[in-house]
Amino acid sequence: MKYDVEVEHLTKRFGDFTAVDALNFSVEHGEVFGLLGPNGAGKSTLIRMLTTLVPPTSGTARVNGFDIAREPNGVRQSIGVIPQAMTSDLDLSANENMSIFAKLYGIPREKRRRTIKELLAVVELTQWADKPVKMLSGGMRRRLEIARGLVHEPKIFFLDEPTTGLDPVSRVAVWEMLARLKLERDLTILVTTHYMDEADKLCDRIAIIDHGKLAALDSPLKLKASIPGKNILEVSFANAPLHWAGILEQLPEVAEVKSDDNVFRISSNNGPRTTVELLDTARKANVTVTALSVQSTTLDDVFVHYTGHQLRDTLQAPSAADSPFIMQRG
Amino acid sequence: MYRIWAIIERDLRRFRRSPTLVVVSIIMPLVQLLVLGYAFGGKVKNLQIGVVDEDHAVPAVKLKEMCQAIAANARTFETVAYSDRAAAMRDLRNGKINGILDIPPQFSRKMLAGANPRVALIEDNTDQFSSSALGSALSGMLETYNAPPVPARTTASAMLSVVEVYPYVPYIQYLLPGTIVLAIFVSAMIGGGIIFIDDKARGLHEGYLVTPIRKFELILGFTFSGAAKAIIAGLVLVTAGSLIAGIPDPFNPLRLARMLLLVVLTALALISMMFLIMVRVNDPLVPRAIFGLLNTVLFFPSGAVYPTASFPPWMKAITVVDPFTYAVHGFKNLVLKNTGPMAIGGDIAFLLGFTVLAMGAATLLFRRTL
Repeated sequence: MKYDVEVEHLTKRFGDFTAVDALNFSVEHGEVFGLLGPNGAGKSTLIRMLTTLVPPTSGTARVNGFDIAREPNGVRQSIGVIPQAMTSDLDLSANENMSIFAKLYGIPREKRRRTIKELLAVVELTQWADKPVKMLSGGMRRRLEIARGLVHEPKIFFLDEPTTGLDPVSRVAVWEMLARLKLERDLTILVTTHYMDEADKLCDRIAIIDHGKLAALDSPLKLKASIPGKNILEVSFANAPLHWAGILEQLPEVAEVKSDDNVFRISSNNGPRTTVELLDTARKANVTVTALSVQSTTLDDVFVHYTGHQLRDTLQAPSAADSPFIMQRG
Repeated sequence: MYRIWAIIERDLRRFRRSPTLVVVSIIMPLVQLLVLGYAFGGKVKNLQIGVVDEDHAVPAVKLKEMCQAIAANARTFETVAYSDRAAAMRDLRNGKINGILDIPPQFSRKMLAGANPRVALIEDNTDQFSSSALGSALSGMLETYNAPPVPARTTASAMLSVVEVYPYVPYIQYLLPGTIVLAIFVSAMIGGGIIFIDDKARGLHEGYLVTPIRKFELILGFTFSGAAKAIIAGLVLVTAGSLIAGIPDPFNPLRLARMLLLVVLTALALISMMFLIMVRVNDPLVPRAIFGLLNTVLFFPSGAVYPTASFPPWMKAITVVDPFTYAVHGFKNLVLKNTGPMAIGGDIAFLLGFTVLAMGAATLLFRRTL
């Protein structure tokens, strides 16, 4: 098995605070690897160490076979990075932004022109190529950054919250684009996100990180299966009798029943079993079921299970980007 | 090398799109040149002097007539006659007049008796410029008043003749060299300070740092693009400023070539200094907060507005290490005297040495990580 990213005991401390605590994991070639975790869990620090922006305190990591501390330029040549902040130059056009980065990677003129044209077409920005970035919407800017990150044909793509702040349509567009690019360009993708539905649909494996440590690591399906089952049944009846809610509460594995007229919401510890018994009970009582849906465990439940319910109200170091003195642009 | 060009290209393209930087860095020094140049320029005129004559005899009248002659010709002051000193004092304190010439009651009698009488100049000394102008105008007047109508033959007296090497230099021209340096400084301050730190805070530098660009390529890229913008500001001031200040023969090619050299060296020195100051700064407030401070600390001790010889020792210490001093000295030689390389050799050497030292220190302090 070829690993594109190998992390061994990777640790980062800022003074007394341990942001990343002896992490171990590997990412296979061609995987979409999701990093989930509450705010301040250490995801961004981890990505910054893997992209050579922050030196580790101890431990090692290899990206595309290059040691992040000893061979940073090998790493930099192998990776494309989309940082959390939008980092395109607003006064320059999409084309110019791409061109500057292509030059930073030392791509020769002819290839530069061809690659930029091709990538702008992939992210569907060809018709806006000469417009200044400040005139593009948030989703368009994100797509431009994705194209920019691919300008030197990297093997591994790092994205830190690529869809944060985008509207639902732009989010879907970004993810579809990433999925297509991954296939076309044989990419390995490491991505952090707060949107569980996205992670569920797109990631091959997910690492849940909390307090700088790995809380869980597996495919979304197995992660969901790993936590105690919890299903929500939403049922509507045509002719529910009095005290029907009380009868429903007696069904096996039912934890709670809430009702609003003829619509009942049932929490069950075992969805399939409760469903069978519910239909049986209804038939015997001559009550007609007009609608029934069973919702299974979501990644949100997995996330809460592994990271707990408490809000993480920890203080963070103030960011220079939050300064009221910075010139507002775009 | 191509990576250095990529950094420079990005910066200059952006600069072309929104040339706010160059407008700001040119307008501010130009306005300062015009306002300061004319505010301090020329001789003090049109002051108000109250004349109290408590004597009324012929010698006193003659003195008053001489006052009116000054009022009519040199116009250093206008005279206002007062009948009593108390009223004049009241007006002096209220700021209606700048000084009082008081001719005491016994003036004429003492004069005729050869007893060296005194007249008093009671002046509002809160304004040094006005009071010294009044003082020198009145002592000049008294000298003429005392001179015997026919010079005595027996006593010889030495006379001073002043030879001026250069044509008369109005204050606005005296100010121009400092203004050129100021424009380069403002451009370095905004480009190498404020915009540099804003880009850093906004994450633009993060984008550079994940590429294989080397540390020295980043530093040289930032330095050269910053210097290029500062050079543009400096050259506009060299040409537009010379025209505004009325420098004779402003487009002499040899002088322009020397000025270009000095603009380039000044820009490099000031950008390196700014880069050294900002190399570890992340907070966008810092460059804005120290803008005015740096301006005051570097501009005024440099000899741009007042001769450095009169400074107290602590300020002379600043003058010695201040790159403004050498830039201003060099431009003064070129703009006001049109002297050759001999006169500005020391300035060129200092600016080069300063650039090398500042860049070296900044490179040591520069971190290629966040």
